[in-house]
Amino acid sequence: MLTRRIIPCLDVKDGRVVKGINFLDLKDAGDPAECGEAYDREGADELVFLDITASSDRRATVVSLVRQVAEKVFIPFTVGGGIRTVDDFAAVLREGADKISINTAALEDPELISRSADRFGSQCVVVAIDAKKTSDGHFTAYKKGGREDTGLDAVEWAVRAEALGAGEILLTSMDRDGTKSGFDLELTALVADNVRIPVIASGGAGRKEDFADAFSLGHADAALAASLFHYHELSIQEVKEYLRDRDIPVRL
Amino acid sequence: MSYCAILDYGAGNIRSVEKAVKRLGHSTVLTDRIQDVRGASHVILPGVGAFGDAMERLNKSGLTREIREICKKGVPFLGICLGLQLLYPSSEESTGAEGIGILEGDIVRIPGDKLKVPHIGWNSLALSGDGRLFKGVPDHSFVYFVHSYYLRAKDRSTVKAATSYGVEIDASVESGNVFACQFHPEKSSEAGLTILNNFLQI
Repeated sequence: MLTRRIIPCLDVKDGRVVKGINFLDLKDAGDPAECGEAYDREGADELVFLDITASSDRRATVVSLVRQVAEKVFIPFTVGGGIRTVDDFAAVLREGADKISINTAALEDPELISRSADRFGSQCVVVAIDAKKTSDGHFTAYKKGGREDTGLDAVEWAVRAEALGAGEILLTSMDRDGTKSGFDLELTALVADNVRIPVIASGGAGRKEDFADAFSLGHADAALAASLFHYHELSIQEVKEYLRDRDIPVRL
Repeated sequence: MSYCAILDYGAGNIRSVEKAVKRLGHSTVLTDRIQDVRGASHVILPGVGAFGDAMERLNKSGLTREIREICKKGVPFLGICLGLQLLYPSSEESTGAEGIGILEGDIVRIPGDKLKVPHIGWNSLALSGDGRLFKGVPDHSFVYFVHSYYLRAKDRSTVKAATSYGVEIDASVESGNVFACQFHPEKSSEAGLTILNNFLQI
């Protein structure tokens, strides 16, 4: 049976994992490849590396990140940050990344989704959507790391991204991100029920129950968390055992 | 010590196959040159992409004929994902395109009426028990799949692992020294590395 996925996310700046990570057995807790390896041992189903380096040559930074990670990590991983062209896709995929997540680049040039999907297949094109609730109760998509409201309805954008060839939606609730108050189930279900591609719920994970809710009430296919796992507030194993006991299929 | 040729015909993330083979302590070369393939003790055909496109590239570099030759000679050969599908005569994905055709069966689209296509993620294997790739791999182990088309092998005795996703999917086959996996062993953590290592030990 196909399992629901638990995905740790790592923010990487200048080749180093930021936010700190509490794996005691690591020689170098800031090394993305070592952190990835540790997550693999812990039972992570996939990894997301988000490059937040602000440099003029982001592609080179991302390519070198992927090269390092692929040496040690033998589970699928997604890379996001600084990828804007089909050539960027080619460079990063060739070094061993499985999927590429695009956010602002897709909003500014939606055809990038179809161009990259045509060339490399939909399975490696992840469209990341940062969504925030408006005062009248719907959700809009933000770009530039959540700094700019596009005014675009987040659900409509997800549907369009799918039509253009996206293989997956990485959906972050800006309202819940960092709050540990649970995933935004309304937003997650809205998007998941309107597309036929997998949806990764992100933003707000705080307890084991939140993951179960993301799957059963939010209809997500995967759930992502960052600091929760970095700081070992919850282990992946614990989360998966909890899900298994509630008949949610997981890889254990 | 094996020397493994990984066929590079411009498809997707072959680096991860290369790195997994290296990690297991074997030397390897990424190549599309026939002379490299001829000197290899093991050959891997990875693959992400479309059937017709991949066949066109393999034909152009002369690799199609070479693959038929080395498989006839009994050189251990492993097709991964699209690399499994290419071993069959044709695929619903690219009508009219002729595959390598050293094994018999149909490559058909996963029915998408109830389930999401592609089939992406970790799914469990039901093992036949006698597959040489699966020595030391527990039954029901999880491996990573990414595909929209799947194999229905004609000779059922070649099927050494199956998985289920709405339909029964032939996940791995073995015929003489020709092996193939629909899933990605190089992305399947410990179970996957064991499978790759078993292949490299043959």
